[in-house]
Amino acid sequence: MIVNLLRAERIKLFSTRAPWWCLAIALVAPLGFTALFFALAGPEIPPTVGNTQLASGNGRTVLLVLAVLATASEFNWGTMRLTFQAVPGRVPALLAKVVIVGALGAVLGLVVGFGSWGLASLVQPDADLALHSATAWRSVLGQSLVFLFTAVAGVGVALLLRSVAFALTVVLVWTQVLEGVLVFIPGVGKHIYQWMPFHAADEFVGAAGLTTGPLQLPSAPLGPWGYLGYFAAITVALFVAGVLVTARRDA
Amino acid sequence: MIEATALTKRYGATTAVNELTFTARSGRVTGFLGPNGAGKSTTMRLILGLDRPDAGRVLVDGVPYRQLKDPLRTVGAMLDATWRHPGRSGRDHLRWLAATNGIPDKRVEEVLTLVGLTSVGKTRVLQYSLGMQQRLGIAAALLGNPRVLVFDEPVNGLDPEGMAWIRQLLHSLAAEGRTVFVSSHLLPEMAQTAQDLVVIGRGRLIYQGTMDSFIAQTKDHGVRVRTPHADELRAALTGQAEFTEADGAFVVSGLDSDRIGQLAFDAGATLHELNPLTGSLEQAYLDLTRDAVEFAVPSSEASR
Repeated sequence: MIVNLLRAERIKLFSTRAPWWCLAIALVAPLGFTALFFALAGPEIPPTVGNTQLASGNGRTVLLVLAVLATASEFNWGTMRLTFQAVPGRVPALLAKVVIVGALGAVLGLVVGFGSWGLASLVQPDADLALHSATAWRSVLGQSLVFLFTAVAGVGVALLLRSVAFALTVVLVWTQVLEGVLVFIPGVGKHIYQWMPFHAADEFVGAAGLTTGPLQLPSAPLGPWGYLGYFAAITVALFVAGVLVTARRDA
Repeated sequence: MIEATALTKRYGATTAVNELTFTARSGRVTGFLGPNGAGKSTTMRLILGLDRPDAGRVLVDGVPYRQLKDPLRTVGAMLDATWRHPGRSGRDHLRWLAATNGIPDKRVEEVLTLVGLTSVGKTRVLQYSLGMQQRLGIAAALLGNPRVLVFDEPVNGLDPEGMAWIRQLLHSLAAEGRTVFVSSHLLPEMAQTAQDLVVIGRGRLIYQGTMDSFIAQTKDHGVRVRTPHADELRAALTGQAEFTEADGAFVVSGLDSDRIGQLAFDAGATLHELNPLTGSLEQAYLDLTRDAVEFAVPSSEASR
């Protein structure tokens, strides 16, 4: 039965244009920026494996948009009601959606992670970007996990807010404005910033170096895997809350 | 079969559906009538488990909808033809819906043919006309070859050909032994489509029974008679029946058309028209719902 639902969600996701556009942008933006960084930047961006992932946040944000669109638009267009008509238990259908969108995120993260690293290596062939440490592998492969949980967060927020416009506004303001602005609150700002979910994701893949240095953040409260667990827990909590609300509410 | 028992749904202070009990039988087209805001759509959402009732229950073939396994194979429904993503093709819309209940893609092609959308299957739905969207919604309802069909206003916005097509479709579905439960606010259309009726007003049941007895239940509206020999007819009717005259025609009450024809013949009055004004569905409906509304007014005043 779950196989049927996965197939249905796969058809839904790939039979409209928006996800394809999102995928294209989510791929081109981080790869393009990475190539530019490594081609043009001076000593302020040292060529390390961690820094090959500096631009991944752009792809992550576009994936967040994709996940929100794939979910919230179903409320806007009424297809969520048809889905619940076909799957009155509701929860299996929502699980199938998060699996499909999450899997797409994981694949996208893999391509962005390796793509950024590969492109950087091509642009700066003399730099030592070989993956010979666990940290280096985590930077590149870890994007897959970060993107997976980013997709989960997008589905969760969309289930909670049920409106494309509202959900998009919330995720974009959060990722593009709020997380960055909080750090400037005198005193506590830097400490709050260290617990921001997408900063946590950056810490996991070692792409947070550029911000932690100049901002003079205190030492990180969690290790990389702790940060991943923290990020994952937030995204899963958003999804679970969204499912609980959606399963109970009149459609 | 659809059986609702004391079905009740409240939204805040308003009671949209109030202790509603009715049955829609298999092998029949059951019309679901009521003024706007009477609770028709809410009732249909309750049937399909989209909303939860506050009290009472509704069973489809003896089972609550939410307990059906692969429900599209038991109940096909079109509550709103606009429940689709405009950027998706009609075929893909049906494919994902079919996939949820393990219905093979072959069936998607079958229902596309059945509703005459095969040639536009790959076209995005935003290019569909209203009638085509309606057909797509009906195709979706038929995907699982269900025994029970629920349609909310299926002829809304359709041209006369489209309405005739839906009427024939509903009749043939019922003739195959399926339960067809269809709401409409277009009364003349319903008179031609439904065999049974469920009429509600303000969320309450007003009438349940056959279409024929519903129409028969309406008040006597008299017989309309026209004759060039008005004086002879007037003399013959005086003392026999109540009648009024307007625009060169009599409206006679208290006598059936057989008796009036005989009286006119005996009086030597030629008849150009002898027309029993049988209550139309529209008239019966208005009578009943007006009563319901009038009945409801004092109680809502009293509650203030």
